[in-house]
Amino acid sequence: MVDYSWPPMNKRRVIGQRLNRLDGPAKSSGKAKYPTDVQRPGLLHAVILSSPHAHARVRSIDISAAQAMPGVEDIRVMSPAGTEIQWAGAEVAAIAARTEEIARDAARAIKVDYEVLPHLVKEDDLARAGNRAKAAGEQVTGDPDTVFRESGVVVHEGSYSIPVITHCCLEPHGSTIEYKGEKVEMWPSTQNVSGIGGDLARSLNIPVTNVSVHMDYMGGGFGSKFPADRWGTEGANMSKKTGKAVKLYLDRRQELTIGGVRPSAFAKVKIAARRDGTIVAWQSESWATGGVGGGGMPPIPYVFTNIPNKRLNHSAVSLNAGGARAWRAPNHAQACALTATAMEDLAAKLNMDSLEFMLKNANLTLRPETYRAQLQKAAELIEWKKYAHQRGDKTAGHIKQGLGIGFSTWGGAGHASNCRANIHPDGSVEVELGSQDIGTATRTAIAMVAAETLGIPVEQVKVKIGENSYPASGASGGSTTIGGVSSSTRKAAMNALDKLMDVVAASLNVPKDNLEAVDQRIQVKGNPDKAMTFKAACQKLGVKSISEMGTNDPKNPGGLNSQGASGVQMAHVSVDIETGVVRMNKFVAVQDCGLVVNPKTAESQVYGACIMNICAGLMEERVMDQITGRVLNADMEFYKLAGIKDIGEIVVHMDITPEHDRKGIIGLGEPPAIAGPAAISNAVANAIGVRVPGLPMTPERVLKALYGERSLA
Amino acid sequence: MQGFEYANPATLKEATALLGNGWGDAAVLAGGTDLLTLMKEYLMSPKRVVNIKGIKELGGISKSGAGLRIGATVTVDELMSNAAVRAEYPSLVQAGRGITSPQIRNMGTVGGDLCQRPRCWYFRNGFGLLGVKDGKSLVREGENKYHAIFTGQPALFVSASSFGPALVALGAKVKLASASGTREVDAAKFFVAPQNEGAREIALLPNEILTEIVIPAARGAKNATYEVRHKDALDWPLAAASVSLSMKGATVASARVVLGHVAPTPHAAAAAESLLAGKTITEAVADEAGKAAVADAKPLSGNAYKVQLARVAVKRALLAAAGKA
Repeated sequence: MVDYSWPPMNKRRVIGQRLNRLDGPAKSSGKAKYPTDVQRPGLLHAVILSSPHAHARVRSIDISAAQAMPGVEDIRVMSPAGTEIQWAGAEVAAIAARTEEIARDAARAIKVDYEVLPHLVKEDDLARAGNRAKAAGEQVTGDPDTVFRESGVVVHEGSYSIPVITHCCLEPHGSTIEYKGEKVEMWPSTQNVSGIGGDLARSLNIPVTNVSVHMDYMGGGFGSKFPADRWGTEGANMSKKTGKAVKLYLDRRQELTIGGVRPSAFAKVKIAARRDGTIVAWQSESWATGGVGGGGMPPIPYVFTNIPNKRLNHSAVSLNAGGARAWRAPNHAQACALTATAMEDLAAKLNMDSLEFMLKNANLTLRPETYRAQLQKAAELIEWKKYAHQRGDKTAGHIKQGLGIGFSTWGGAGHASNCRANIHPDGSVEVELGSQDIGTATRTAIAMVAAETLGIPVEQVKVKIGENSYPASGASGGSTTIGGVSSSTRKAAMNALDKLMDVVAASLNVPKDNLEAVDQRIQVKGNPDKAMTFKAACQKLGVKSISEMGTNDPKNPGGLNSQGASGVQMAHVSVDIETGVVRMNKFVAVQDCGLVVNPKTAESQVYGACIMNICAGLMEERVMDQITGRVLNADMEFYKLAGIKDIGEIVVHMDITPEHDRKGIIGLGEPPAIAGPAAISNAVANAIGVRVPGLPMTPERVLKALYGERSLA
Repeated sequence: MQGFEYANPATLKEATALLGNGWGDAAVLAGGTDLLTLMKEYLMSPKRVVNIKGIKELGGISKSGAGLRIGATVTVDELMSNAAVRAEYPSLVQAGRGITSPQIRNMGTVGGDLCQRPRCWYFRNGFGLLGVKDGKSLVREGENKYHAIFTGQPALFVSASSFGPALVALGAKVKLASASGTREVDAAKFFVAPQNEGAREIALLPNEILTEIVIPAARGAKNATYEVRHKDALDWPLAAASVSLSMKGATVASARVVLGHVAPTPHAAAAAESLLAGKTITEAVADEAGKAAVADAKPLSGNAYKVQLARVAVKRALLAAAGKA
């Protein structure tokens, strides 16, 4: 029986090293080819004609003029007469042409007659949602009513919100597809290399074995790129019809309109604590939208789940707007933005330092020790003692400083993953997985695990991912990839090594169990003198390569991976109270995720999440127009994202300890993308002395909170 | 993008001959940072695109006794790096700094900055310059947080020009050339609030090219620009102010105070200008001037906050000009 468990921390030679990502040079030099870079002979360029109306019925559609335009090769009607359109931007037709410009001109030549229907595109005022709001059942724990009335209890009530934001992937959604006879070649921008071919095959009613998927790199997904989508299906149909490859990607406006959004969340919160700061009751009336399907209740109260008395009500508001897709840590950032803010307001009402308040209530979390330690570490890194003050910076001048706290939790267990490890007689090693590197350094982590296991340098491992012909591996969603691929790679490499050791054991005449693979040798444990180089061992294979599988079964991860990550983030901001402009001074993230394969790339992933947090905390929001039903800022101009000058100093601390390490690997995609907006909102409140109820912290909202709407005009 | 003819003239004479009498006939291409987007979005579909980057006489910055001549195709970066500009017109350098994309500073031209179309999201979404649909003003009844706060007219977008307020404050003139000759327009009159959907927001005619900008000699006048920005990275200012102060010792002899991003044109604040005459710039005086500058603002449903921002921009621009920031 092979022992797959990770080597002890002090015995690791590769895992735990701060290695640069292997594909960094290719990416930064432009050598890396992304799906949108794919060129095929005779490639056709396709575009989508979108509905200009948020709610309408298609009466008729006339493609004849467009079809007659020179260079137009195929048009597919996606919303035939009778179709009820539910949001502006919905697909009406797809057009393939010799150039993108011709395709766009042709799209404008398609005549669509719409019966325009009433729409609702804004959810900030629940009262105006009418029957578009559907209440979920009330959930009650304990006896909140009695507790709220108790003397000796301090009650705070407030309103909080976080708006719909979009994924805004730098590489838009789409694929290039080429039918060759019965076979289909697909180059998608996807988080789902092993699964997307099957998804496309289903929509085309062809066997999955006919679809070959290729993707070496991709330009961002954040949870929004799993299916083949209608764009993939129509691209394939047009390729079949024309006999040419078809490239169909959303344009920027469509990317921000129909490429997926993160649902909003609004809540009226009532929260109570005893005078010593112990939280005793929570009540919330929340609502949310993620498009026509409404929006579910975020998991509130967040992290501090064991508040003994709770009443929760929630309404899902259906809007005529592009639908939700998973966005890093679905519903967790919303939950934190509704919880950490209300907690901080209650702490202010109690005249308690918010750090002390969070520490005091850590017992209400599932991992009190971890959160306490992380709160203290984050406080140290942001210099809490130096900068902390009671609510409202009382120093003179128009620049006020403040500190704020947010927190997070996530699962992150490894997904189902298969890996094949090949050891060849010349000593070369390949690991093959139908996985993907969505920018998280998965490729590097796989190479490190294989190198650690086989006792060889990372450069000697050829990582083959991005093809659905490789052993199937899960989609990259929910922070499941690192646990899944590391575990399957570990097992495959161990199984292959076991076969190699059979050969070495016979040759050295020692029992196989006495052997280990280190420093490019197979040796008797602890005895480099009784050894054979890895290469010499491989040469003994003759003409037969070793090819072994390894599988991560999520139901039985065997200690290689597990779940349950925690994190604390703190923000230090400066607010100009004359202009409402908020500037980030410093942002601190303390994050555990079990065993960390590569602290450098892990930190890098947290840095990315911190920047997304700052965007969501300060500037990011989808602006809907109730009159036209359109998204007004479906661009990268008024859909505001931070630039390098906007992010301040970011400090990432990976909470690497023997206790966390023993849990095995835990995913990191979602956990750091949760706490930031709440931390920033809290820091602003701490600075200016009043709560800005709605995120993001724009000058407009900050001034309104400071001076009231009327006095501004 | 509709197909178009591309012309690459070497002289101004050749270039003006390639223009037509309607906006659809030809478009002038310099940096292209706005024109390309407009064409891709079908907001402009000219039959011909006339590239003026190859016309030597449209480039360069030169100083004479009368003032400073800035060629239309001078890039933002070139302007900001120019020693004479840096020495005498900090307000232009500060306005240029607000164009926070190095790519746009390298490609975008000063002439293009003045001629660029508004960023109003109703305009850019195809609802026209005035944003009227079914008789309703989309701006008034819809989302207007980035729109005008001086609202006594049909146009409610804000002038996008970064240099416009500073040039108006400095009393600059803009030279325009057509096949039939040249004319000179005060910068203040170059920007126009259109009264109907067919009208333009600048005085330039379809058959004209903006050739140069002439700024009178500073003669010791102090000037500054202050922008209130949501983001430091690529973003438009929420409100801006440019000021130019002719000094008599420590007191202001005369002042120009021009607001940006608050009206369809750079907005001269006459009340603030007269208030400043004869005063020494202190924090209190600057604040009073800011208050006066926005006294007649009539914000829309969602942009009252911009009144405060414009007021602060004036105050801070004045303090910067007076060296008290």
